[in-house]
Amino acid sequence: MVAWNKLKITVHTTKTENYLYTNSFDIEGGNFSKAGTIATGIKSILKELGLPNDVVRKSAIVCYEAEINVVSYARKGFINLTVTPKTVQIEITDEGPGIPDIELAMEQGYSTANQQIREMGFGAGMGLYNINCYSDKFDISSEVNKGTFLKIIINTPQCI
Amino acid sequence: MDIETIAKKLNLEVRSASDRLKNNVTGGYTGDLLSDVMANSHEGDIWITRQVHQNIVAVATLKEHAGIILVNSCEPARDTLEKAIQEKIPIMVSNLPAFELTGAIYNLLGKKD
Repeated sequence: MVAWNKLKITVHTTKTENYLYTNSFDIEGGNFSKAGTIATGIKSILKELGLPNDVVRKSAIVCYEAEINVVSYARKGFINLTVTPKTVQIEITDEGPGIPDIELAMEQGYSTANQQIREMGFGAGMGLYNINCYSDKFDISSEVNKGTFLKIIINTPQCI
Repeated sequence: MDIETIAKKLNLEVRSASDRLKNNVTGGYTGDLLSDVMANSHEGDIWITRQVHQNIVAVATLKEHAGIILVNSCEPARDTLEKAIQEKIPIMVSNLPAFELTGAIYNLLGKKD
């Protein structure tokens, strides 16, 4: 995993005509002690880029939920973050059990979380539901016993 | 109103980040489901919860909460405390149950200070 202090230095040097920032972050499945650190780091990056508070807030929620899902269910995964002048694009790919019924998994309150996950206050069946709520565009595909792919786009007002 | 004032009025015991008690509290949220807190709490909120594990610090950091209050005299886990010190998130302990603590803080914040 890339160190956050290193990332902060690279924020302004990756600027090109097409994107303001792009990077990939690994997520370790099953490691609850690190859960949320990627989302926290991404939030700082988006803030540093000067994105509006609302866009930062939505992106942070989406990244957090996606990160928790990978930690809770998958062996490993990664988040690709790309910021363009018009959008924040967040792609999450994991290697894990996959989702047999995506429509059902999208319902608020539906969860396959085990007791241990629920006792920590996760597994409320709000993850994918929240991601959908806070995205302007949300695509999900999944293959059982292989993994799940999410693509989220959050629009930014054209102020940067 | 800052955390220090709330802590004094409600006899809260501070367990971490005692140098951050001047953090301004602009509202509050009560809940134990982390996704619910993520989605519905706001920056500057004081978060009232029964959860004591380290992931509460990640949520509070991400949402930029003013601090966390644990109810029913629950103590934070050791790794929670270590993380809270590192992230400078004040964690406090109250002997009140969530309902009473929430009501008391709601009333305090409703008053002009």
